Amino acid sequence: MNYIWSGIIIISLIFGFINGQLAETLAAGLDGAASAITVLLSFAGIMCFWSGILKIASECGASRICEKLLSPLIARLFPKVRDRGNITMNIIANLLGMGNAATPAGVAAMCELDELNGGKSEPGHEMCRFAVMNTASLQILPTTVIGILAACGAKDPYGIVPCVWISSVLSLCAALIAEEIIYKRSLKK
Amino acid sequence: MIYVIPVLIILILISAAKNGTPAYQSFIIGAEEGMKTVISILPALIAVLSAAAMLRQSGALDSLARLLSPITDFLQVPSELLPLVLIRPLSGSGAIGLLTDTVKTYGADSQIARTACILCASTETTFYTVMVYFRRTKVKYTKKVLIAAIFGDLVGIFCACRLSKIFF
Repeated sequence: MNYIWSGIIIISLIFGFINGQLAETLAAGLDGAASAITVLLSFAGIMCFWSGILKIASECGASRICEKLLSPLIARLFPKVRDRGNITMNIIANLLGMGNAATPAGVAAMCELDELNGGKSEPGHEMCRFAVMNTASLQILPTTVIGILAACGAKDPYGIVPCVWISSVLSLCAALIAEEIIYKRSLKK
Repeated sequence: MIYVIPVLIILILISAAKNGTPAYQSFIIGAEEGMKTVISILPALIAVLSAAAMLRQSGALDSLARLLSPITDFLQVPSELLPLVLIRPLSGSGAIGLLTDTVKTYGADSQIARTACILCASTETTFYTVMVYFRRTKVKYTKKVLIAAIFGDLVGIFCACRLSKIFF
């Protein structure tokens, strides 16, 4: 990220000089920094509102409903794991958009899976599966994105949500299948 | 969605009342967590938005998009979204910054903005996530995981571009 960011600014300034836009480029940089504050303030409220509502949901039993719905699926995906508490909590926190709660549970679950893997330097099947499930970003309400759309004056900021669901589920399935294929091939060797 | 969201809110509040959950207090706690996230994004957002604005104003972005247009055409990704696609797996706040920039530049109801939003919401900061999750384990080689996860991301990007065309 360090090199990318520095590179972008250096390239911009060089291109600005070539295109005779040096002063405008510098001004645009400062404008961008200033707009970061206004944009963030405009979607901060929306994000906080949804974090609040989802917090009520998780406190009043939405997590238990999710757990009931998800436990057969989780049991199928992780048959060797005896205590699936951390895995379940991680997935539910992800679904409810609570990154702060998802990561600690996820790291704890990964350590349990690591023990199951016997401390090998290659990740086991379950570990890969679990990691892939976390990189696919399944979420009931993508609050940040909705916030940005609403702040910029979209007519229907929630309109994208069904597309996000379909796209997330398809990408998760693709990643799980890819993981399955890679695992099967490594077994053959 | 215009009916789903209000119904969702009503359902959540009713079930809170039924279970005796202190709805207001929970909301405040949740909103505070949301605020923490917002504040943690801010410094990176400043960095990325200023860099993105400079890149656009200088004309470098147009040149880059033209240079890479054969690849983006092949993947059917609009060339305007290329910087976003490249940054998404590396930096979460960077992606939010670029997404904001895209939505502001092209308008919140434009095809490009919608595609960008679906793309961002249905993929994850893959490299960062894998790093965090494996950091405390004894695993050293995460190549297999990354290949599968990146493949999933590519499918997500492709779906985002297709779906936004079908739905809107």
